[in-house]
Amino acid sequence: MTKVTVAKEDVATSDELVVLKSVNKHFGALHVLQDIDLTIARGEVVVVIGPSGSGKSTLCRTINRLETIDSGTITIDGKPLPHEGRELARLRADVGMVFQSFNLFAHKTVLENVMLGQVKVRKADKKKAEEKARSLLDRVGVGTQADKYPAQLSGGQQQRVAIARALAMDPKVMLFDEPTSALDPEMINEVLEVMQQLAREGMTMIVVTHEMGFARSAANRVVFMADGRIVEQSSPDQFFSNPRSDRAKDFLSKILHH
Amino acid sequence: MFDFLDDYDVLGAFWTTVQLTLLSAVGSLIWGTLLAAMRVGPVPLMRGFGTAYVNIVRNIPLTVIILFSSLGLHDTLGISLGAGDIVDKANFRLAVLGLIVYTSAFVCEAIRSGINTVPVGQAEAARAIGLNFTQVLFLVVLPQAFRAAVGPLANVLIALTKNTTVAAAIGVAEAALLMKDMVEKEAQLLLISAIIAFGFCCLTLPTGLILGWVGKKVAVKR
Repeated sequence: MTKVTVAKEDVATSDELVVLKSVNKHFGALHVLQDIDLTIARGEVVVVIGPSGSGKSTLCRTINRLETIDSGTITIDGKPLPHEGRELARLRADVGMVFQSFNLFAHKTVLENVMLGQVKVRKADKKKAEEKARSLLDRVGVGTQADKYPAQLSGGQQQRVAIARALAMDPKVMLFDEPTSALDPEMINEVLEVMQQLAREGMTMIVVTHEMGFARSAANRVVFMADGRIVEQSSPDQFFSNPRSDRAKDFLSKILHH
Repeated sequence: MFDFLDDYDVLGAFWTTVQLTLLSAVGSLIWGTLLAAMRVGPVPLMRGFGTAYVNIVRNIPLTVIILFSSLGLHDTLGISLGAGDIVDKANFRLAVLGLIVYTSAFVCEAIRSGINTVPVGQAEAARAIGLNFTQVLFLVVLPQAFRAAVGPLANVLIALTKNTTVAAAIGVAEAALLMKDMVEKEAQLLLISAIIAFGFCCLTLPTGLILGWVGKKVAVKR
């Protein structure tokens, strides 16, 4: 049986970028991820939604192994996630991650934040790294802030820098872990616009979010999670207008009616 | 009143104190940083070593450590740290070694307290762009930890400056040994104590003030 699956995977790697197979994880007694099967194709934008504590963030963090899993397999571009070490570091460089709390390096300027990975991981020439960093910062609309420190920027600006920092590594896939949840309402759109632009350019994205508007407009697929399971997945149109599961109906009725 | 001082090299003795302090400070900063790196690292053996080292060394009196480096390392095992038969030189080096061994335990804990001020998200973000453990530690976590640890490290440096007096126990010609010498031969006991005390204040007060200012200046804004 194993042989067959391996062969199948080999064929499929061309358009299956991230594959999770029967992934399980516990936090102590809590079974946060239960038999998660999820395949994300190259260029696909998948939005993961669900109530708090449903395991969405944990799922997102397992994909670059910031959280380890108890059983199951995760492969990225055909390669299974390696254990902690040099291999894993290399893989993480290919997987961009944007955090809820931005996590910009507080002791480095905005420009240095975007250059660090290029220089230390990709071994890029400093001048080239700076050029690339400046053009990425322009692209996300914070080019004029390059020499400031993160604490001097607004939350929305910091998050856009964080996106630029991830993009600087030329990632194969971008993970967004509730990127707008820590932002003031008036700053949410500036971040969503950058993400939407990325989606249009064909970046493979896995986005954990509570922004239903973004899910509707940018997602190819909506994955609904509750209590550690994937309860339902479908196109955004179908999910928002005609959810199949009761759990999803209940969730949507609570968030969409005011 | 100060005439008797002509017979003594007070400045020379304090210069030895300064040398002991600076060499030990640099040594213990390096060794203490490595210990802190071990204590937060992923390798259980190194973590265990770091923890055991700190807990053992900081609970042994410095006098015992300094005497051991002289009586144990030098006299019994014949280790003179490259000073050969020159006893004064050997004692000075052994005193520096003892001070480094002792002070690094406190430096390690000061740095570790600094590491605890760095939000875990900083290390996660660093790992997420593909930095390995050493890079995460030395490029992202420790630079921020040091800025937060300037205050605690200043305390350690002040304590170290005063702890150098223990080197008198193995005959290093620093300020405390000079004081002992003067007390034995002169009558102005209060004056002698006051001079030595004043000398140490001249070394430690600026240390505290300058490092306090530096600490504020380099603090990471979040």
